Amino acid sequence: MTESVAFDEMGGTGADARLPYAQLADWLRNTPPERFEQQRRAADVLFRRLGITFAVYFEGGSTERLIPFDIVPRVLSGGEWKSMEAGLVQRVKALNAFLHDIYHDQDILRAGKVPSDLVLTNPQYQKEMRGIDLPNRVYTHISGIDLVRTTEHQFYVLEDNVRTPSGVSYMLEDREVMMRLFPELFSSHRVRPVGHYPDELLKTLRSVAPKAAGDDPTVVLLTPGSFNSAYFEHVFLAEQMGIELVEGSDLVVQDDVVYMRTSAGLVKIDMIYRRIDDAFLDPKAFRPDSMLGVPGLFGAYRKGNVMLANAVGTGIADDKAVYTFVPDMVRFYLGEEPILENVPTYSLRKPDDYKYVMEHLGELVVKEVHGSGGYGMLVGPKSTKAEIETFREIVKKTPDNYIAQPTLALSTCPTFVEEGVAPRHVDLRPYVLTGENITVVPGGLTRVALRKGSLVVNSSQGGGTKDTWVLED
Amino acid sequence: MLSRAADSLYWMARYIERAENMARILDVTYRMSLLPTQEGQELQWLPALIIAGAEKPFAARKLQAEAHNVIKFMALDPDNPSSIHSCMRAARENAHAMRAQITTEMWESLNATWLEMRDQDYAKLVASGFRGFFDWVKDRSHTFRGVAYGTMQRDEAFRFVRVGTFLERADSTARILDVKYHVLLPSVTDVGGAVDYYQWAALLRSVSGFRAYRKIYRNVIVPKRVAELLILREDMPRSLLACFTELTDNLAGLRDLYRRDYESTRLALEVHSKLKFGRMEDIFTQGLHEYLTEFIDRNIALGHAIHRDFMK
Repeated sequence: MTESVAFDEMGGTGADARLPYAQLADWLRNTPPERFEQQRRAADVLFRRLGITFAVYFEGGSTERLIPFDIVPRVLSGGEWKSMEAGLVQRVKALNAFLHDIYHDQDILRAGKVPSDLVLTNPQYQKEMRGIDLPNRVYTHISGIDLVRTTEHQFYVLEDNVRTPSGVSYMLEDREVMMRLFPELFSSHRVRPVGHYPDELLKTLRSVAPKAAGDDPTVVLLTPGSFNSAYFEHVFLAEQMGIELVEGSDLVVQDDVVYMRTSAGLVKIDMIYRRIDDAFLDPKAFRPDSMLGVPGLFGAYRKGNVMLANAVGTGIADDKAVYTFVPDMVRFYLGEEPILENVPTYSLRKPDDYKYVMEHLGELVVKEVHGSGGYGMLVGPKSTKAEIETFREIVKKTPDNYIAQPTLALSTCPTFVEEGVAPRHVDLRPYVLTGENITVVPGGLTRVALRKGSLVVNSSQGGGTKDTWVLED
Repeated sequence: MLSRAADSLYWMARYIERAENMARILDVTYRMSLLPTQEGQELQWLPALIIAGAEKPFAARKLQAEAHNVIKFMALDPDNPSSIHSCMRAARENAHAMRAQITTEMWESLNATWLEMRDQDYAKLVASGFRGFFDWVKDRSHTFRGVAYGTMQRDEAFRFVRVGTFLERADSTARILDVKYHVLLPSVTDVGGAVDYYQWAALLRSVSGFRAYRKIYRNVIVPKRVAELLILREDMPRSLLACFTELTDNLAGLRDLYRRDYESTRLALEVHSKLKFGRMEDIFTQGLHEYLTEFIDRNIALGHAIHRDFMK
C-alpha cells in the first residue's frame, strides 16, 4: 500500500477540495506558514498550562508529556455524520443486548451464532455477573468505537472499546484550544458543538443509578490514582461533571453499602463511573493483590446497592475475536442489517484463515486478541523479513490469540508538520453514551499518525490528535 | 468533600504560604546581613535555619552558614523539604491530586509558578538578585491567594484553603518575630543602638509592616511596639490576632456547615480570646521568646486537632 492510493478527506480524488473542506482549503492556502507555526506554539503553551499531559511509561520510570495537537481540523459533513451516528447507535445497542444475553439466557450461543467456547472460556467472561439484572439492561454506558475510512463512502469499525475507553478529554480540549486560537474559522463554519459531553455523561450515569437512590443519586468517578496514564482525564471529567474524584482508599463498604470518607463523615455512594479495570475493582472478588480497589464493592454491586459504569464483564464484547461476530449480533438482536461494517478479519482459530494468514503475513496486520495500545501487533508491509519470521514463530504457539486484517489504506487529512501542510493518516473514535437514552456527541477524537506514511495513530507511539468538526448542513 | 481532598487543599495553601514566609525570612536575614557588624556571617544566617527548623539537615551538609550556602539550601535545594523549591513542588502536587476541587485559575497559577521554579538555578538567582527572587516568590503567593479568593466558591473547600493559609501564617509570623531572640547583638551596649534599630526595621519590612508602624505610632521603632503590631493588632493582616480571627471564622463556618462540635474550633477560640484580650505588658513580663514558644506549640496542637477532626 502506498500514499497515493489513500483517500484524502480534503482533496478526495479530484483537483478541487471536497465540499466540507472548501473554505478550510482556502484558509490553508491563504494563511502564511509563520502563523501556523506561531499558533502551534501557542497551542503547546495552552495545553501545558492546562496541565493536559499523559504519563508515558518505559523501563525504569515514567514521564509526563503532551500528546501532540495538530492545528488543522478534520471536517465531516452533516450527512456523513448522520449515517455514521445511526451505525454507532445500532452497534452499541447490539453490544448491550449481547452482554445482557450472555450473562442471562445465552440465546445467541444456543442459536449457534457465536461459538460458546469463545465466550464461556474467555478470561474476559465474568461468571460472577450471571443472572445480575442491571438498570435498563445497560452494560456499556460509555463506548468508544474506533472507525477508519478508506474511500468517500466506506467507513469500517476497527475495534469497539467498551471497558473504560479514554481520550474524550482530548476531544473537548482540542475544541477549546481551536476556538481560542482560530476564532475566525468558527465564525465562517457552522461547527456542531461538543462541549456538552460532560453534561450528557452525567445525565447518562444518573439515569442508571439504583432506583432506591431516588432523584438525586450520588455519583463519583473512581480512578486508580495519579500515576495512571489517563489521570488527567479523570480529573478533568470529574471537575466538568462536578462529582467527586475518588480513589479506592476513599471508599469503604459496610453491610453491602458503599460510602466515601469525607470531611463531614461517611457519605453513601449510588453510582460509580469507574476507570479501573474489572480485575482491580475489589480484592475480595477479583485480584486479591489489588491495592486500587475497594474490598466488598462487588458484593454491594450484586445486591444492587451501587451501580458501576461500565458494568463488570464488558471486556468480553470488545475481545478482538468476538469482534468478528458483532455484525451477526446486530442481525440477531435487532433484526437489521449493520450500517457500519467490520474490517474483513481473519480469525486464526479457523484452519482456513490460519493457512491464508500464514501465507500472506507480509501483507496483513496481525493483532493479539487481548492486546491494546498498538503493542503486540505486526504491520506486515512495514516490517522486515526477520521481524515477520520472528512474529510467525510467536503466532504459531498460540494461534487462537491472534486475528489478522488486510492493511487498510486509511484516509488522510491535511496536517501541519515540519514540511508544511501535508496528508497524514487518521482514525476516529466517537463516544456513545447509553443510559435511558443513547446519545452521541457529534464528532469524536481524531487521532493522526504524524510520521509520514505511518498507520499507527496510538499516542503511545507518536500519534497526535485533531479537533474534529461535524458541520451543520 | 473527601477527607483526602480537605487534606490536600489545606496543605496546598500551607505550602504556598510557607514558601512565601521562607522568602520573607531569607529576605529579612539578607537585609540584616548587609548591616555593618563585627561578627561573622554565621551569627547572621543561623537564625534563618533555626526558625525553619532546618539547622540539623543543614549541618549534615557540612557547609558554612553564610549567605550563598544558606540561600542555596533554603531557596533551591530539592532535597531540603523546607526549601522554597520543595514547598512550591508540594503545593503543586497537592493541587494536582485535587484538581477537581480547585478552580482552573488556581491550578494554572500554581502550575505556572512551579514550572518557573523548576527552571530556577543559582546562577539565575544571582543574576536577578536575591531580592528580586524573594519578591517573585511573594508575588506568586499573593497571586495565588488572590486567585483563590477571587474565584473559589465560598464552600468547604474555600474554608480549608483559608484555614491552611492562616494557620501557616500564624506559625510563621511568630517565628519571624522570634528571629530577634536568636540574632544576638554583638554586645549589650548595642541594645537600642543603630544595629538594633535597623534589625527591627528590617524585621518590620519583612512582614510588610514598616509603613503601618510609622502610620500607627508616628514614633521611633521600639521592640514592644513591633511586637504589639505583630501580635495584638487585629488590623495588621499578618499579626497573630488577625490570623486567628480568620482561623476561628473559617473553623466556625465548618462547624455550622457540618453541624458538629469540634475540638479544633474550641482550641482556636481559646487562642483567639487570649490574643484578643491579651496585654503587651503581660507578654513582656512572661518574656517575648517564652510567649512565642508557647504560642507556636499551641498552633501545632491546633494543626493536629484539625487533622483529627476533618482529614482522617
